[in-house]
Amino acid sequence: MNNFQYSRAADVADAIRLLAANPGARLIAGGTNLIDLMKENVERPSRLIDISRLPLRKVEETADGGLRIGALVPNSDLAYHPLIEQRYPLLASAILAGASAQLRNMASVGGNLMQRTRCAYFYDTATPCNKRNPGTGCSALDGLNRNHAILGTSASCIATNPSDMSVALAALGALVHIARPSGERTIALTDFHRLPGDTPHVDVNLGAGEIIIAIELPPLGFAQNYSYLKIRDRLSYAFALVSVAAALELEGNAITQARIALGGVAHKPWRSLEAEAALRGQAATVDHFSHAADLLLAGATARAHNGFKIELARRAIVRTLTQAADATPQSQSHKKIA
Amino acid sequence: MNAYVGTPTSRVDGRAKVTGTAKYAGEFPADGLVHGFVVEATIPCGRIARLDTSAALNVNGVLDVLTHANRPPLADNDEAWKDEVAPEKGSPFRPLYDDTIKFNGQPIALVVAEDWETAKFAATLVRVEYEPSGFATDLEGERGSAAETDEPPKPRGDAAAALARAAVRHEADYVIPTEHHNPMELFATTAVWDGGGKLTVYDKTQGVQNVHKFLCGVFDKKPSDIRVISPYVGGAFGSGLRPQHQVVLATLAALALKRSVRVVLTRQQMYGLGYRPMTIERVGLGAKSDGTLEAVTHEAIAVTSRYEDFARNDTGWAEQLYSSPNSRFSHKLVHLDVSTPCDMRAPGAASGVCALECAMDELAVALKIDPIDLRLNCYSDRDQSENLPYTSKQLRECYARGAEAFGWSRRNPAPRSMHDGNELVGWGMATGVWEALQMPVAVRIVLTSNGHAEVSCAASDIGTGTYTIVAQVAADALGLPIENISVRLADSTLPQAPVEGGSWMAASSAHAVLAAAEDVRKELLSLAGKMPGSPLADAELADTVLIDGSIARAADNSRAVSIADAMRHGNIERIAKEKVNQFDEDKKHARNTHSAVFAEVKIDEQLGVIRVTRIVSAVAAGRILNTKTGRSQIMGGVVWGIGMALHEETVMDHRFGRIMNANIAEYHIPVNADVHDIDVIFVDEPDAHINKLGVKGLGEIGIVGVPAAIANAVYHATGKRIRRFPITLDKLLG
Repeated sequence: MNNFQYSRAADVADAIRLLAANPGARLIAGGTNLIDLMKENVERPSRLIDISRLPLRKVEETADGGLRIGALVPNSDLAYHPLIEQRYPLLASAILAGASAQLRNMASVGGNLMQRTRCAYFYDTATPCNKRNPGTGCSALDGLNRNHAILGTSASCIATNPSDMSVALAALGALVHIARPSGERTIALTDFHRLPGDTPHVDVNLGAGEIIIAIELPPLGFAQNYSYLKIRDRLSYAFALVSVAAALELEGNAITQARIALGGVAHKPWRSLEAEAALRGQAATVDHFSHAADLLLAGATARAHNGFKIELARRAIVRTLTQAADATPQSQSHKKIA
Repeated sequence: MNAYVGTPTSRVDGRAKVTGTAKYAGEFPADGLVHGFVVEATIPCGRIARLDTSAALNVNGVLDVLTHANRPPLADNDEAWKDEVAPEKGSPFRPLYDDTIKFNGQPIALVVAEDWETAKFAATLVRVEYEPSGFATDLEGERGSAAETDEPPKPRGDAAAALARAAVRHEADYVIPTEHHNPMELFATTAVWDGGGKLTVYDKTQGVQNVHKFLCGVFDKKPSDIRVISPYVGGAFGSGLRPQHQVVLATLAALALKRSVRVVLTRQQMYGLGYRPMTIERVGLGAKSDGTLEAVTHEAIAVTSRYEDFARNDTGWAEQLYSSPNSRFSHKLVHLDVSTPCDMRAPGAASGVCALECAMDELAVALKIDPIDLRLNCYSDRDQSENLPYTSKQLRECYARGAEAFGWSRRNPAPRSMHDGNELVGWGMATGVWEALQMPVAVRIVLTSNGHAEVSCAASDIGTGTYTIVAQVAADALGLPIENISVRLADSTLPQAPVEGGSWMAASSAHAVLAAAEDVRKELLSLAGKMPGSPLADAELADTVLIDGSIARAADNSRAVSIADAMRHGNIERIAKEKVNQFDEDKKHARNTHSAVFAEVKIDEQLGVIRVTRIVSAVAAGRILNTKTGRSQIMGGVVWGIGMALHEETVMDHRFGRIMNANIAEYHIPVNADVHDIDVIFVDEPDAHINKLGVKGLGEIGIVGVPAAIANAVYHATGKRIRRFPITLDKLLG
């Protein structure tokens, strides 16, 4: 860990000023990922700007019937918030599938969106990594890549985004509210995270001096027919090999709206509007779910060790959609898969 | 009198541990304490061309950076560096000795600073240039270079020919990956400078006297110059048997700076210590069509370092378990550019028996007989390698009791035949075996006239419960309530003990307590017998017992003299006796513990997700000194066995020769969600031969057989035979 300066931001504007004045600075809220990365010398901030005391901890109903969630709401508080439990249980389920109770207590909503990949080469400063050290090469391409991406990869990087929460947010069509020196802007969550391309060191579309201040959920919460299924190497406290957030609106057995997002397979939560469109108006059957899975996984490619993820994702998509259609969502405490 | 032995006595150190008053090696305070942080090599092989410490030295608060170039003297001969459990062959690693790099993660410098954070920061500023050499770290890639380094056990019969002509034959490779111990407590040493070149060293170790002798040798010190203390150990599982880097580095720095130094390794750095070596286990079994064994062959190919031959007994276990007229065993090593492996819970057996028991299951399937019947068909009442009977062997009873508790008779033998909703259900079983060793241990008892006793010994309690069983045995032997017994352990100045390992400490320390207690009783008798009108006048030692704070006639406890009265009469305040345990020399018996393990798995076949929903472990291990701590021991072993079956694997990128999951986020062990019902059964196993108390030890037997039982259950559930551990879900897809 390097030596760093520490400042506590007085308000959002102050945080933006501090960020702008200190190019090597990082914001810190819960610190659950940043401090790990600092301990490994992957992140070496010149300054930490502590935003944990800023007044961004509210969950408020919006005029159109959605919810606005402050960027500093702890993950646990969000998962157990009555409005989330009742109206957006998919989000609650995804949050509870991630990390441990202790980490969820510390981690903030904004920080969750900012967490970086768990690629072992990214973490090990003794190995080449384009994300950590641009231009040095990607060690995972021909190395240990069992956990790596199958969609949206590039020749520079095959890392995955590790968040569970973001996968549900992607499916729910969440918006990210960002404060910047010149005011505020809003961006769809699905546009917030980036694909690696030839700039894998840039994870998110967040400019200099910009801060996430809130997440907004649209009114449609899919509270009846949803499921978040996370497949991992042990039954809890592990990052996803593949995860699926599925949400359906049904009239009888007919699908009127479908949302599917995948985790563990790409540099960002993976959605396919084409797959979702293909389900609309169709009966909620395994055949239609399989077809949607094919569309979602179109173009999936594997390296030496992660080929199993393509078939696993296909099966997980079908299962999750089935759970959603049957209104038997995956329980995050009971590990038997419904 | 057995008020405590054999009962579920709670840990005497439990309160200290859960309230945080128990101090561990990295927690002892010292005046002027400074902190060392280790700089490690990032290549697996070569030499240090240049080591620039100037930037680190310029950091405010940094006191020194120790390297091979500026360190104080270290012993220049292997004998000094060979601790009591070092491999016989080879040249032990010497931290900061010279510029050679032998493995990735090797310590190459120690930054010492006023505080730990400064040392850790400054460590990032040490610049190292290497002259790298070619290297190899991949066991499977280097399999061709495998060679026997020790004389193999004498074969019986002609195993190769018998295997070739067997009516039913099974032969396969089973691959066990490298695994790391990951004890909860980090490796740490606080070396307290006592002045004049003397040190008190608080170390995380399984053997304080081993570390003491080692440090005296390495640093050319008189025994009285160094004292090693390790009152509590937060798990070690074999990783603390040998003195580790941090104790050398902390001692080195304390001597160099003439002040107290603490060195705590990080979790990541602990992956540069020892580990369970990856092995390729090739097992061949030949059977007659009646389901009896004709031939057993077992060849293990294991990793070791370039500089030491670490080899354990992976292959001989069939000699204890299954009668076969022909057998051949071989253990081969492949020397790679890695650190030396070390013992890890049930070393040899955890891996070797896993392979053997998976192979037995495959043979039972080929023979179309129940896997328990196959094992009973070739049940061996003798250790075939020595052709000796056992002091006791209730394995047959383990099979029966375990099967009954598990409900084995309801098993449909056909793979894929049992279901629970959309999950496949699999039931598998395996046998476990371990040694029942005992070692020389001395104990000192100091009995005071108020009826309190201090019992002391240099043995460590690595979480196994040594404090508690020593207190139990002493309380019974001295006829005192357990509250009146205080136990002191793990100080190199206390009576001799070997490292705590091999499951030998329970039997060994218990019998040392008995021996010392007998001497106490002898002295009490001589005092009491001389009292006027003594009810013990003319009593023989053998006819007396200590009971209820008195010495009494065994046949009539009312004829007694209280300890207080006897001592008062003798005008003494205390009786102090030290004694080494005495075990009868018995070369006519083999000594082993056994178990039968039954596992239930439920598998979502489409997604490959495995849940281990039930384990029954029936254990025959002689008399169980403490059924509560003993049960916990076995449960811990079972949980580890679940990890070995499904989770644990140290992953190395052989292009870099680096471990890529050196942390417990990515190195998976079971979490609560992975652990369901565990039923531990202790089978009655009276043993009149092994020792007075009939005790065998429980430290390792709990893990042995568990991974195989689970792998066999996975086969039964799915029809898929996974021979490469761990059984991760990708191996079940497709």
